[in-house]
Amino acid sequence: MDSPLLQVTDLTMRFGGLTAVNALSFEARRGEITSVIGPNGAGKTTVFNCITGFYRPTSGDIALTHPDGAAFRLQILPGHRIARRARVARTFQNIRLFAGMTVLENLLVAQHNALMPNVASGLLAVFGLGGHRAAEAVAIDRARGWLDRINLLPRADDPAGALPYGDQRRLEIARAMCTAPVLLCLDEPAAGLNPRESDALAELLKTIQADGCSVLLIEHDMGVVMRISDHIVVLDHGSRISDGDPAHVRADPSVIAAYLGEGDEDDPDVPLAAVPDGSLAAAS
Amino acid sequence: MSATNVAPTGTDDPGSRQLLRRISKSVAGGNPFADAALSALVAFGLFAALIGLRTDSGPVGLVLTPRPWALAGWVGAVFLVRLLVLLWRQRTRPAQAYAENRRLAEGLAHLSRLLAPALLLLALALPSFADRSYLDLGVLVLTYVMLGWGLNVVVGLAGLLDLGYVAFYAVGAYTYAIFSTQFGLGFWTCLPLAGALAALWGVMLGFPVLRLRGDYLAIVTLAFGEIIRILLINWASLTGGPNGISGIPRPTLFGLRFDASGGPDTFAGYFGLEYSPTQRAVFLYYVILALALLTNWFTLRLRRVALGRAWEALREDEIACRSLGINVTATKLTAFAIGATFGGFAGAFFATRAAFVSPESFTFIESAIVLAVVVLGGLGSQFGVVLSALVMIGGLEMLRNALSELASGGYLGPLGALVPDPGQYRMLIFGLALVVVMVLRPRGLVSGRTPSVALGRRREISAELVAEGRG
Repeated sequence: MDSPLLQVTDLTMRFGGLTAVNALSFEARRGEITSVIGPNGAGKTTVFNCITGFYRPTSGDIALTHPDGAAFRLQILPGHRIARRARVARTFQNIRLFAGMTVLENLLVAQHNALMPNVASGLLAVFGLGGHRAAEAVAIDRARGWLDRINLLPRADDPAGALPYGDQRRLEIARAMCTAPVLLCLDEPAAGLNPRESDALAELLKTIQADGCSVLLIEHDMGVVMRISDHIVVLDHGSRISDGDPAHVRADPSVIAAYLGEGDEDDPDVPLAAVPDGSLAAAS
Repeated sequence: MSATNVAPTGTDDPGSRQLLRRISKSVAGGNPFADAALSALVAFGLFAALIGLRTDSGPVGLVLTPRPWALAGWVGAVFLVRLLVLLWRQRTRPAQAYAENRRLAEGLAHLSRLLAPALLLLALALPSFADRSYLDLGVLVLTYVMLGWGLNVVVGLAGLLDLGYVAFYAVGAYTYAIFSTQFGLGFWTCLPLAGALAALWGVMLGFPVLRLRGDYLAIVTLAFGEIIRILLINWASLTGGPNGISGIPRPTLFGLRFDASGGPDTFAGYFGLEYSPTQRAVFLYYVILALALLTNWFTLRLRRVALGRAWEALREDEIACRSLGINVTATKLTAFAIGATFGGFAGAFFATRAAFVSPESFTFIESAIVLAVVVLGGLGSQFGVVLSALVMIGGLEMLRNALSELASGGYLGPLGALVPDPGQYRMLIFGLALVVVMVLRPRGLVSGRTPSVALGRRREISAELVAEGRG
């Protein structure tokens, strides 16, 4: 099947007089890890918020096609339907776990729709009817599986807010994966991680990809991006300036110019050429 | 300071500036006496005119009577209390205080596991030994426990601040009052109707306020409560307006009435007992106990299933909920509807117990009291609601009795002349007690949260991590 999983066409997002994203087009192919990079303020998170329904784009089209051929136009779908029907999951740049709930509860909330397809079944569950108990056993098994994968099984009954930062990042990814997505959108998952944690994250993303879930990634850690991406889209000032595989993007003069910056004073990232083998973390 | 610096306030004489600087230095240095002296100075400034002078009506207009001793007493009290607070604080360091607080929270959570069954047994056995006045007090406390548990669903679990909860109480009460007096329906038929109608109103309130958060939500729910009350006053043809509805039938036990006629269709007549008004009081007591326990059971079950978890997740982070595909609209509406249902049940009970309803019973202060019960108990804690309802409603009544006892028994001695009616001070004492509790335990009596599910042992989550909800 050749139709891309996610096809963004002429996406424009304006906030008053500010154009955050300007006629952006790109695609994310099935089974690939697609990275969106660019200097701070390039509009990466805005693109994410449009795809996941938190912003309604000013114009443009965001089409998602499932492996079974079901097609969704994400720009007109209500926010919760994007996760539920179109099966797009996301994490947040500033971690948004349910801090006062346990690690296990976080993963069960993510499986809410499997446990409770509608309000009536939710109320029936109070009386022990409607197969809630069996559904919950399945959900707990699934959660246990993910906790095992991210090495948090021993901490399953601890509040999520008490976990160390790196664990919280991984838990947020596991929580998003518990919604059984076809596309996982990660907003700077490596931010604040030390090099070893970044490596573990890269490994985790590779296994997620191997399981058949496509990944859309915003990241400043060039080490991670260059190592695991199949495809990179580079944004600057809301427009696409480069698009291709890591080798192509790394060599693109316009990318280097954007990162070294004639005008981008606030983000003096190390030029991409300086990390030829991807072993260095370039993010600050 | 360099010598060239100009004094910031040129009119101050250097002596008083010097003095002020020295005071502020020793206050900042943690000298409790200086701090207390400063508090006393502020108190003097505040009270000098308020307490130190009294206006009495004289021959021509008002005359000022100075009251130096009252003023000195208050300023001295401020000095002493501040000094004691500071000395007590110096004794415990913040880290130590935090650990103590934590231990206390865990202890209370542990205690609640033992205390809850004991309280339940006591509640079940109360009619066997308590006299009529305690029974009535028990009914009152249980009504507030039930209202508190109902509101806890909305405020404690879903984190939606609702200042108009009394509206659902009113809807339930008027539903029963109108259906019973106009159509002759019985209490047990009207009870589900009252719940359903209250739920309907809950959804009607829910829809417009879905997009609001925090303070804005609170204001709109407050307005909703007022709208219902004003509707009840003005829709006189249906609700009787400010006169209310009287002659509401009492509930029956499987068709058996509680009255003195002695026929075979009365409770006393059927069982061949001698009629006594206590029988009805006991029956009403068990009705509200059963309703409250139903509310509690339902809420505790809800917490353990997906819907309740979604509410708590909503309280923690609404945006994350949306990103996980949870329908925030439906989830909030169910919280409003279920909370309102319990309010409606309690309202129908209120109507049948009092046999009379009028809009005066459903003022904002009722909402405020129920909310205070929930907040004081600890948001989301079922046991906390019981404790705080006992303390707030039961305690307040006991205090009133104790104070009037104190006055009539002459225990106050010479102070009795100064405080002619100590009963009037009960709200003051009560308010003070609330402030003290909130200072010592800012997240309520029973703070912390029990996980709804665990692989191993359930461990309390300390309140510091749990969100309060922003609507």
